[in-house]
Amino acid sequence: MGRSNLAFTVFVYACALLLTVVILAPVVWLFVMSISPAADLSAKPLHWWPQQADFSRYKLLLSTLENSAGAAFTAALRNSIVVAGMATLAALAVAIPAGWAVSRTPSVGWSLSMVIATYMLPPVALAVPLYMGLAHLGMLNSVFGLALVYLTILAPFTTWLMKSGFDTIPREIEAAAMMDGANLFQTLRRITLPLAMPVVATSALFAFLLAWDEFFYALLFTSDQRAKTLTVTIADLAGGRIADYGLIATAGVLAALPPVFIGLVMQRALISGLTSGGVKG
Amino acid sequence: MLKSISRTLLGVVFAGGFMVPHAFAETSLNALFMAQAAYSEDDVRAMTEAFTKANPGIKVNLEFVPYEGLHDKTVLAQGSGGYDVVLFDVIWPAEYATNNILVDISSRITDEMKKGVLPGAWTTVQYDGKSYGMPWILDTKYLFYNKEILEKAGITAPPKTWDELAEQAKIVKDKGLLATPIVWSWAQAEAAICDYTTLVSAYGGEFLKDGKPAFQSGGGLDALNYMVTSYKSGLTNPNSKEFLEEDVRKVFQNGEAAFALNWTYMYNLANDPKESKVAGKVGIVPAPGVAGKSEISAMNGSMGLGVTTTSKHPDEAWKFVVHMTSQATQNEYAKLSLPIWASSYEDAAVTKGQEDLIAAAKLGLAAMYPRPTTPKYQELSTALQQAIQEALLDQASPEDALKTAAENSGL
Amino acid sequence: MSGPFMTTRAWLLMLPLLAVMVAVIGWPLVSTVGLSFTDAKLVGTSGSFVGFDNYAKMLSSSNFQRTLYTTAWFAIVSVTAEMIIGVLAALLLNQEFHGRFVLRALMILPWALPTVVNATLWRLIYNPEYGALNAALTQIGVLDSYRSWLGEPATAMTALIVADTWKNFPLVTLIALAALQAVPRDIKAAALVDGAGPFARFRFVTLPFIVGPLMVALVLRTIEAFKVFDIIWVMTRGGPANSTRTLSILVYQEAFSFQRAGSGASLALIVTLLVSVLAASYAVLVRKTAGSAR
Repeated sequence: MGRSNLAFTVFVYACALLLTVVILAPVVWLFVMSISPAADLSAKPLHWWPQQADFSRYKLLLSTLENSAGAAFTAALRNSIVVAGMATLAALAVAIPAGWAVSRTPSVGWSLSMVIATYMLPPVALAVPLYMGLAHLGMLNSVFGLALVYLTILAPFTTWLMKSGFDTIPREIEAAAMMDGANLFQTLRRITLPLAMPVVATSALFAFLLAWDEFFYALLFTSDQRAKTLTVTIADLAGGRIADYGLIATAGVLAALPPVFIGLVMQRALISGLTSGGVKG
Repeated sequence: MLKSISRTLLGVVFAGGFMVPHAFAETSLNALFMAQAAYSEDDVRAMTEAFTKANPGIKVNLEFVPYEGLHDKTVLAQGSGGYDVVLFDVIWPAEYATNNILVDISSRITDEMKKGVLPGAWTTVQYDGKSYGMPWILDTKYLFYNKEILEKAGITAPPKTWDELAEQAKIVKDKGLLATPIVWSWAQAEAAICDYTTLVSAYGGEFLKDGKPAFQSGGGLDALNYMVTSYKSGLTNPNSKEFLEEDVRKVFQNGEAAFALNWTYMYNLANDPKESKVAGKVGIVPAPGVAGKSEISAMNGSMGLGVTTTSKHPDEAWKFVVHMTSQATQNEYAKLSLPIWASSYEDAAVTKGQEDLIAAAKLGLAAMYPRPTTPKYQELSTALQQAIQEALLDQASPEDALKTAAENSGL
Repeated sequence: MSGPFMTTRAWLLMLPLLAVMVAVIGWPLVSTVGLSFTDAKLVGTSGSFVGFDNYAKMLSSSNFQRTLYTTAWFAIVSVTAEMIIGVLAALLLNQEFHGRFVLRALMILPWALPTVVNATLWRLIYNPEYGALNAALTQIGVLDSYRSWLGEPATAMTALIVADTWKNFPLVTLIALAALQAVPRDIKAAALVDGAGPFARFRFVTLPFIVGPLMVALVLRTIEAFKVFDIIWVMTRGGPANSTRTLSILVYQEAFSFQRAGSGASLALIVTLLVSVLAASYAVLVRKTAGSAR
């Protein structure tokens, strides 16, 4: 028993090491590329570690000098923040009341199921009319138009998360407050919402991450610095027309920082969000 | 904890909101360019700065996308009136004119322009007798060679025919100088069509006859056969089938290719010691010909600048186009892209330090062979790209691949 | 409070959501259906009615059949790999060893990396001349010389699947891990006492607890894999020789590059129908497994 236990322990550590390498190697390499001189990156055999770290690309991309490559990148960064932020707020604004309603009145639950079923729709099935509609409203190439479109993805998802969150808050608490003479909105604002704050935060984070990651609609509906988001900017950089791979890597690192930071710090909340309500099918 | 984070998040959102640019009092133009190849981004920015300095009332916002996104972006932006000025490839005026994307500017072209600009350049912007912009980048594919490697191989003159190219590459390979001496841009993209077109021109082929595909036989088939033979013989870098022009440049300037087919811009970049390991060893000649059929080969890879039909400031937009294509601007930035103006080629300031390039250009630019002119070019090109790749990858014989392409071309 | 009042109130509270959904999903979907029966262009002409022509043309085209096969292959292989590797990693992380909390935290990295960044990263890794994969494999002696990964049909799809799996298996791991931690310790101990081997323990003790959440992950991942666009667009654009062109890319080409909004719409709806059928059959499966597991 003792011997097989030892063997098992060694096996576990070996697997853990392997998993760590698999997870870390690509991410670390992305960072190393971003600080390696261009010559190192086209060397044969490849130089795995730069002799001197070169952070100049970060400076280049984050400069806001007018009509520079940096201006284009920072504009995209700003657009991504604005679009993801607005879409998140809007999604929460519709998801909180709807989520509560479905949680407390299961008889209307089928409508939420229908809303969630829209997740199956490939964006290409909506893209042409959305394009024409936005064009008609003059909202192509606009952060508002893009944020509106992002509701197709964010609203069903956040409503679903909010509903599962409200399910865990006992109705009795609300009933007690009502007895004391509070009306519905007072109850919701003073009692239920504060209790549901962790779920609201989780939903907001998820929504933000989803919007930050979105590429297809942004590719179609934005054309320049007024609305173009980071994902499209990076895809443009990666298009095979930039000779300095380090610059592409730098853009990737910068775009990944916010979600990775959110992911690492908010891990517990995210996982509970992922698994809660997941089983209810 | 959660609360503070969501508050920070909100803060960030609002801070971002205030940064949204306010409406400009001055006229603001949006211009779409492509990233890399021909003029560099920095060059375009500098040219634009000169324009806005001379025209303080006009602001120009520049947008750069990879060539692969240029067409789709232009078309999609029509819905929003996104751009005032767009860069367009020689193959698009037919489609853009048919779909009313570009303004017909024939009446704005002055006599001075008509006389001064090379006749070959004008074909870039014309469709059905009308002009849809000013030519800006006058370009064709040239054969680049590494002088040092050729010398080591005992080759005294660069190839004059495509067969000679194969022979010389074989010498380089057999002497162990390089495993795969030739590099091309054969990725499933327009770049592959440009290389193919160069060969079609050498073999005297035709894309269309009376509006119907004609590339499945004759010169069109010979061209693809040449590509496939070169690929299978191991003389061509096998990675060529996923390369775009910038990949070709990287390989060539790293000294890993003896021959490369690429645009004008590579000449001075590959000769720049800061970028390149082969600086000073770069040779350039027109792409070779085929014995009995052609002396040299060349294809029209030029691009123009046009004004969109949705532009609210067509006058200012045209002014910008005129500035960008003016002889003064083009002479100043003649290192990566040669001027459209005939007299520039006699101007010492332009030719200095790039005499070889100018010599090759004089021959190449005069022999530019066009890709087909049709509103359905995108479909034709997509079908041909697939055919080229299938033939290279041995999924179909060149004959069958081109036959399928002809069927799928939409023509 | 009476039922009807509650229901009316619930509908009122849902109104904003439903209004938004009708505006950004319902109306576009109906328009797509309408468009699919016309020969409309993206810009300019609104087209005329052509009946089922678009559908017939799309369904019978060799492009569609080949692309459908490519998409299915991508979806099946990548989702299977993600599920297997994901569960194995979760079982590992459920063991007690030093540093397991750090490793658990790291699992979020690939998942948090934006899809486009992930695709860009792997495109650089697979670069045939200067990529890290070629460099690493030749330096440790697995490969004699550099080779093309994204330029050969045989390896391009596999390379894409590896990149997609790397990003998405941690999601499966995190979901499975959360479920694993809910398995009561005394049940595990009882199984051990009963002399059940490791595979029997996994099959009869652990699996029933995690199968529910895993099914959800499976459904979500399969649907996403069928809709895949970003990673392919950035890494190969469907090449070489269209060997990695998926349905979403084909629709994009038809509707936006060629500007044939009508036939593009019909193709998009065919894809939608396929995904719906898939999701519906999964839903039945989920109900069944959830029922038998509990």
